[in-house]
This record gives sequence, structure tokens and C-alpha cells, in this order.
Amino acid sequence: MEFIATILFLFAGVCFIMGLKMLSKSETARKGNMVSAAGMTTAAIGTLVWIIAKHGGHIEATTIIWIVVGMIAGTVVGIPAAKLVKMTAMPEMVALFNGFGGIASLLVGWSELQRYWVEHAQIAKVTDAATEVMGALAEPITEAAKEAAQMPAASAISIFLAVLIGGVTFTGSVVAFLKLSERMKSAPMLYPGQQVVNALLLVVLLACGTWIAIDPTAIIPLYLAIVLSFVLGVACVIPIGGGDMPVVISLLNSYSGLAACAAGFAVNNVLLIITGALVGASGIILTRIMCIAMNRSLGNVLFSGFGAADTGGGATGDGEKREAKVLTPDKAYFMLEAAQKVIFVPGYGMAVAQAQHAVKELANLMEANGTEVQFVVHPVAGRMPGHMNVLLAEADVPYEALAELDDVNPTMELVDVAIVLGANDVVNPLALEEGNPISGMPIAEVQRAKTVFTMKRSLASGYAGIANPLFYLDNNYMVLGDAKKTLQALIDEFKSDD
Amino acid sequence: MDFLTYSFIFLLSMFLGIELIRKVPAQLHTPLMSGSNAISGISLIGAMTAVAIAGDSTVALILAGFAVAFGMINVVGGYLVTDRMLAMFKHKG
Repeated sequence: MEFIATILFLFAGVCFIMGLKMLSKSETARKGNMVSAAGMTTAAIGTLVWIIAKHGGHIEATTIIWIVVGMIAGTVVGIPAAKLVKMTAMPEMVALFNGFGGIASLLVGWSELQRYWVEHAQIAKVTDAATEVMGALAEPITEAAKEAAQMPAASAISIFLAVLIGGVTFTGSVVAFLKLSERMKSAPMLYPGQQVVNALLLVVLLACGTWIAIDPTAIIPLYLAIVLSFVLGVACVIPIGGGDMPVVISLLNSYSGLAACAAGFAVNNVLLIITGALVGASGIILTRIMCIAMNRSLGNVLFSGFGAADTGGGATGDGEKREAKVLTPDKAYFMLEAAQKVIFVPGYGMAVAQAQHAVKELANLMEANGTEVQFVVHPVAGRMPGHMNVLLAEADVPYEALAELDDVNPTMELVDVAIVLGANDVVNPLALEEGNPISGMPIAEVQRAKTVFTMKRSLASGYAGIANPLFYLDNNYMVLGDAKKTLQALIDEFKSDD
Repeated sequence: MDFLTYSFIFLLSMFLGIELIRKVPAQLHTPLMSGSNAISGISLIGAMTAVAIAGDSTVALILAGFAVAFGMINVVGGYLVTDRMLAMFKHKG
């Protein structure tokens, strides 16, 4: 029986590895996700077989009831949540799912210690009884029994890590969820001595870990560790602003993998260790990609409270009052109608206005008019890695129409109109200069296009909190207002012309 | 198996994970993240194991039962959301 379980686990492991590999190529991605889902199903079946084998061929009623009820509860919540969520709300939904994975790992670690406490107490009762009856004669036996039942320090540490990482993942993800869904202000929250407080939290947590490792029967450090890991998760994510969320989400994703890994060490399950490590690694890679796309270090993202100092919009350093040219949609239409080549640079504003369908419709009309249209997607535009890609895909924008920065920047001079759609920092030409927070960040260099339309609600600065000189350039026109309404006005102009 | 063996497996798996998805196109960042998020629901297996070995501890049993539920949300929700996204990528205009 146990042999069958092992084979099933092996198969599940292979499925996860193949699934991840397929997920990273566009042609095979959807199949890859299914392969990995098949792996998960196999792993669950394997676990059931393993449980039956462990219990000598049968399974206790309480065990099966708890597993089945838990699974049904999870399914009942999970299916509607995944089916009903709007594409624009995808980042926060993924964050929340991730948090649930974290709390599951925490609970596994906690449950394992609770079980150990009960077992430990039972053995103590038996050995005490033996000592009472047999006196000193019983000592070799009782000592051996106690030693055999003693939890190894490595297991205790694993349990502690599952609790710590799982707890941080849970509350960290919940805060990310609240920030992304705007239930909480997405600006960084900073207070004096914040990093000292966080460091202290970590020190106390490590002390709890050491205590648990030395004496796994101690109750206080476990409960303290649970509470403090929750606090640490909140404390780590509140100083990070909305625009840095792509990094945070990938990092929390990595954590949830590592938490599962620690839970694997705690319950001696190799599949958990392998799979958790795979997820941990993939999260780290995405985090790295996001950091490179912003030309910032991970430390800078996590600790700097980037964007907290809002210098306000419109103000320019040299005191000279410059004016941005404002264009109405009907005038913008004439320029678009004559354009040969148009690019769109979408940003978070497109997601907020839910303008992805409108932009696709406009693109279709322009293409019918003989204009070449491309979408330029910056890696950190939006609130999650590849956020814009998902929204554009929802609106049926084909792969071929998507371009990366390196594809368009060299030929930017040939672009007649670059339409900046709710993006700001990713098109800020200040990034090309030294001495400001976004120096060195790769941007879509739309300032070199013949004309730029910036569709924005106001002239306020972007997430980085610095003014955007693009708005005041001679070739830039602001089309202020809700992006969706502006696009709709342009669509109407195109249609009325036919 | 002992702790050292587990550690070896852990390290090798980390390297394998990094090699597997070293190069991933930008449009797949979200599906990959969401897909690997679903995989991290593997803690479900740990939770099932914890239910089975809870023994005489009712508290351990209840905690593990909740872990099964949360893990299951992560698994079911994660895979479905990922599939929804990838299905959109398929339809080309």
C-alpha cells in the first residue's frame, strides 16, 4: 500500500515540474496548468492511500469526515470566488488565495505541535505509572520511552518556520488584498522607528523559535509566535505602496511555497518539500524580474516606503509655471485619423477605468482606417506582474499586437501618436536623467514620438510622487477625464465618420 | 529519511525551480504566478496528513481540518482562476 502511495507522489511531483515548465511557454501554458492540477489530484489520492496504509488497511471515520468536510468547504468557497471575480479584480483575488495557502501551512504546524503535546502527556502518564509500580527498576525503560518520544530539534524548528512563514504570508497577503481592492489606502504607511519595531519583532520571533527547538512542549512560545507572525506580516506590507505591489505579490507567492516546504519538513513529507521549493523558486524569479524592471533592489522596494513623499502634481522645480496643452476628443480624432502608426501605453489607470474593451474597439476602428496599432506593455505597469497583459487578453487583443519596450523604443520617432492610457511613471522621461527616485528605470520613451496623447484624470504625479515633465513637452497633449469616456468619445467620432 | 536528506532535496528542488522558469515571457507573468500559487496549495496534502495523525488530540484534529479547508480554497480557486486567464489568452482576434 505504502508503495502505491509513493508511486503516486512521484507521479504528482513529475506533474508539477512538467506543469511549471509548460506554464512558462505561451503555446503550452493552459495545458501546463491542467497537468499541474492533475498532479494535485494525484497527490491528494496518494495521501489518502498513504493514510489507509498507515492505519493498517482501514481509515477512521473521524479522519475521513474531517478531510471530506474540509475539502467540500474549500471547494464551495473556492469555485464561486474564482468564477465570479472580475478580471480587473484579479490581483487582489490571487493575493487572497495565496494568503489561504499560508494559513493552511501555519495550521499544519500548529496542529502538529498540539498532537505532540497530547502524545507527550500520555507517555509521561504511562512512565509515571511505571515508576510508581516498579520504582527505580523502571528507570531504563521510562528513560528510553521518553527519549523515543522526544521531538527532534529539527522537526520543532520546521514547525516553527511553517508557523512563522505561513503567518506572515497570511496577514501580508490579506493586507495586499485590502490595498489592491482599495478597501485600505494603497499609499505607503510609515511611522518613525518602523524598521526598529520590525527588527525587534523578528528578534522576539527568533527567540520563540529557539525556545520551541529546546522545549517543544512549551506552550507560550508557540502562541506568541503565531500572534507575532501575524503582526509581522501586516508590518511588512503596510509600508509598501500600491505601485510596488507586483513585487510584493510575487514575494508573498514565494513565501507561501516556502511555508508549505517547512510544513513538509514538519510532517516528513518529501512531496511537500519538493513542490514548496518549486513555488518558492518561481516566486523569487518573478520578484527579481519585477525589481529589474524598476531598476531597484529588493531591499529598496521593501524598506524605502517609496512614493510616500508626494510632491504634488504640476509643480516644477525651477519655479517656472509651465502649461500643459489640453486637447478635446474631437480634435484628437483628427490627428488619429491621419496617423500611420499609433501605440498605446496602458497603465493602472486603464485597469481602474476598466477601459480595456474600449481601447480594443478603438484600435479595431483605427486598423480598419489603415493605421498600424501596437500596445506597449511595461513589465511593472499595473498592480501585479503582467497585469496589463491579462486585461488586454480579456479584450481579445492578439499577442502579435503586443510589444515590449525594446521592440518600440528604437523606432519611437516613426510613431505618429503615442497614447498614454492611465500610465505615468513608466513613461516619465526623468528616468533617463540622474538624481531622482526613478533614475535608470527602463521606460517607454514616448517623448520621442511625433505626438503624445496623455489620457489621465488629472495632472497629478504618479506613484513615484514626482512630477512628469512629459506633460509639458511641446509634442504632448493632455486629454483629461475618465479614460473609458474619452475612448468612447473617440470611438463615436470614428463611427460617425463612416 | 533524515533531516539532511530532506535538506538536499529542498536545495535541489529550488535549483530545479529556478532553471525551469528562468525565461518566461512578460504576458505569462500573471498566469505563472497564479498557477504556482495554486501549486502552493500543496499544503493541502500536509493538512490531510495532519488530520490522519492527529490521534487523540481534538485540537490538533480541528486545526488540521481547517487547514484542509483553507488549502482546498487555495487549490481549487487558484487552478480555476489560472485557467480562466489562460483561456482568454487563447482566443486571438
